[in-house]
Amino acid sequence: MTLTPSLDFFPLLAALLAAATCGLLGNFLVLRRLSLMGDAISHSVLPGLVIAFLITSDRGGVAMFVGAALAGVLTVVLIEVVKKLGRVEPGAAMGVVFSVLFAAGVLLIEQAAARHVDLAADCLLYGQLETLAWFEAPTTWLGLFDTATLDAMPRSVVLLLIVAVASVVLSVLLFKELRIAAFDPGLATTQGVSATVMHYVLMTFVAAATVASFEAVGSILVIAMLIVPAVTARLLTNRLAPQLVVSVVVALMAGAGGYLAATIVPALLGAASVNAAGSMTVMAGVLLVVAAVFSPTHGLVARVVRRRRLSRRSAVDDLLARLLRHRERGTHRVPLVELKPTPGLITPARSAAFAERLGLVRHDGDALVLTDTGIERATDVVRRHRQWETYLVNEAELRPDHVHDTAEQLEHLPVKPDVTDRTDPHGRPIPGK
Amino acid sequence: MTTASGRGTSLTDVADDWPTLAETLRVMTFNGGFNTNVVVLATTMLGIAAGIVGVFALLRKRSLMGDALAHATLPGIAVAFIVAFALGWQGRSLPVLMVGATVSGVVGVLCVQWLLRVPRVHEDAAIGIVLSVFFGVGVVLLSVIQKLPNANAGGIDTFIYGQTAAMAPADSYLMAAVAMIAVLAAALLLKEMAIVCFNDGFARVDGWPVGLIDLLMMALVVIVTVAGLQAVGLILVIALLIIPAVSARFWTERLWLLVIVAGCIGGMSGYLGSVTSALLPRKPAGAVIVLVAGGLFLVSMFVAPRRGVLASLLRRLRLRVKIAVDHVTEFAAERGGHLDVDAVRRLGELRGWGMVLRWWLPGHLRRLGLATTVDGIRLTNAGKDRGKRVARNHRLWERYLVTHADIAPSHIDWTVDEVEHVLDADVIERLERETEAANGKAVPA
Repeated sequence: MTLTPSLDFFPLLAALLAAATCGLLGNFLVLRRLSLMGDAISHSVLPGLVIAFLITSDRGGVAMFVGAALAGVLTVVLIEVVKKLGRVEPGAAMGVVFSVLFAAGVLLIEQAAARHVDLAADCLLYGQLETLAWFEAPTTWLGLFDTATLDAMPRSVVLLLIVAVASVVLSVLLFKELRIAAFDPGLATTQGVSATVMHYVLMTFVAAATVASFEAVGSILVIAMLIVPAVTARLLTNRLAPQLVVSVVVALMAGAGGYLAATIVPALLGAASVNAAGSMTVMAGVLLVVAAVFSPTHGLVARVVRRRRLSRRSAVDDLLARLLRHRERGTHRVPLVELKPTPGLITPARSAAFAERLGLVRHDGDALVLTDTGIERATDVVRRHRQWETYLVNEAELRPDHVHDTAEQLEHLPVKPDVTDRTDPHGRPIPGK
Repeated sequence: MTTASGRGTSLTDVADDWPTLAETLRVMTFNGGFNTNVVVLATTMLGIAAGIVGVFALLRKRSLMGDALAHATLPGIAVAFIVAFALGWQGRSLPVLMVGATVSGVVGVLCVQWLLRVPRVHEDAAIGIVLSVFFGVGVVLLSVIQKLPNANAGGIDTFIYGQTAAMAPADSYLMAAVAMIAVLAAALLLKEMAIVCFNDGFARVDGWPVGLIDLLMMALVVIVTVAGLQAVGLILVIALLIIPAVSARFWTERLWLLVIVAGCIGGMSGYLGSVTSALLPRKPAGAVIVLVAGGLFLVSMFVAPRRGVLASLLRRLRLRVKIAVDHVTEFAAERGGHLDVDAVRRLGELRGWGMVLRWWLPGHLRRLGLATTVDGIRLTNAGKDRGKRVARNHRLWERYLVTHADIAPSHIDWTVDEVEHVLDADVIERLERETEAANGKAVPA
């Protein structure tokens, strides 16, 4: 089974639009620690949908969208009220508001005996990607760009397109305002960018995107896309503008990859296709895990590598410092066995091996001798150590017998304490330079 | 539009639907028929259990963990079904599925913990990620199950995410058992949970197994969630885990009392909600229970003494009045004890008094015996004393703020009470000496 335009184009397009929009807007939610707002809104729009349906009796119309969007904004308002008036913490406030609103929606459905209408919960949860079939589709992919065929686009895709474009425009035009309101609401307000207004603008767009995406991809995918791509992007970049771009890319990858995995992979295995929205969600999760492990700055692998590098360097420095202290007392050749093991996994023998590879130390029989570069580096370490001890005694007012261990750790930092003494608190000379 | 029976299907049509008193009493005393009794009992028990357990989640700022947990159970259910099916067992067996749900829920909690250790991932994001991704996995697996031949997997998700109306007696026994576990755990482990909730840094340093206790608390949430899920469905469980605990928070700050009040509110929500649902037609029990809980929340938020909105408002108003009294008496005392109407009005404008305060104040001063209010305000001796005391505090605070807190003299204003309450005696003495030296006149004692 391959992808065909009639069955696959609109579902795929809808999914990608929904994913990209939610991925974009989700950045600001995640930054404001409001990640679960998508979850809250997705449940609490139910009364809005029901009321809109009851008023207009038009199941697929714009009224439903407006009703749901209004319900979304109401949710945000109520959450703020509960947070401020009741001094309730944000997660709990969300939980209270959305569960009560959802219950009200359920009650409304039952009360109006609207059970015959397909407002069932699972429709809300999984969406109806499969029903976005397009029966007058051209038979080839090139025929898509014929304007006549584009006129027949399903309403939900048009809506998604509008919301997507509007979200991009918002993010670009109000980038600076959204950024400052996200990172420091207090500062934003004093600078004339009302954090409250930004909050409500953002939430309105989130509500609109959520509701527009529901029909196509269901609430679970929406919730996932509002959170997971943004978090993934945060692991890959440090600045907001790249983060916005990366999150949209990740969302699109999750959407496309998930869709393919849901439709093509099972076909290759001889099985029927699986739920596309679920598959996209899983794909987003997979991408997050990949980023969490392999991100060059924050990934697990990178952190482990950095830590090992650091501990090796510290072990080498410690070895050099000890050899230098022996040298100060007149012993230029230090037998390996005399070096006591240090806490940690790196034995003196291994430290010696590392140091020799760096040309800092040389094996002379069963003993170690510092090379010239080794002496230089060891002097740096010992100087910093003694300077730190002096600093800690003079400025931090620690007792001389308490400073050695702390100095042992601080000596590894590339920071020089501001100390001009010539001897440390124990009377030993601080090497010059 | 109406049907033949005259019962309408519009929102506002509630004719013919009200129960009689006899009916009401019967249902409330567990005499409303077997099914109704089961529902009422089970939801009350669930409310108690969820209320108690929800307190700990709330205190750990993890209220929505229940939401994540509830969603995270789906893959476990699907896997359990597949495993059972593969082993030739009956897939739709409740115990099997519940085991799967529990395992999956626990894995979800552990994943949240693990995610929190990834850099730049916050609590809310971790919960949301687990919630959506786990549920996505579950949805995918479910769609696989639907296509399995002879699996008898129809409607498995509604089977699991149960309907309150379709509860079996076994459910109420299960709920009762869960409630007992929750009460017991809370009673036995209150101290441990308290220390972990309020100061986990200290607990860790003091040698308490914080991770283990945390896991225990989460395990309780899992038990309540899974038991509740299959009985009453997702939203109701989440609501009962959050709303009673949040409502109880308005009434008290003491942990043991919090747990008791939350349990009561949860139980009441379950009881009143299910009774109401049984008596009124077309009202699904789950939704009504949540709405009752919401109502109790609103009541708590407004009416609770001290932390309630009304109480806070009253406290603030009283403070504003007291401050206004202080200002008036000081102002008047410095002008010989008499302020004419114009002066009072000017003071009011300066101090930003609202219309209500301006109207209320003279009568209030009279009632307190501080002034007579013929022709403006004329202080009594008590009033003059108060004014002088306020003036003294004012001078001392000015001195303190200028000399000890480095505030510029033009920036001082004050709304505080006796200086003695805040500063100790020798500081006050020194301030008085300095003030006399600076102003050249004695500070009123």
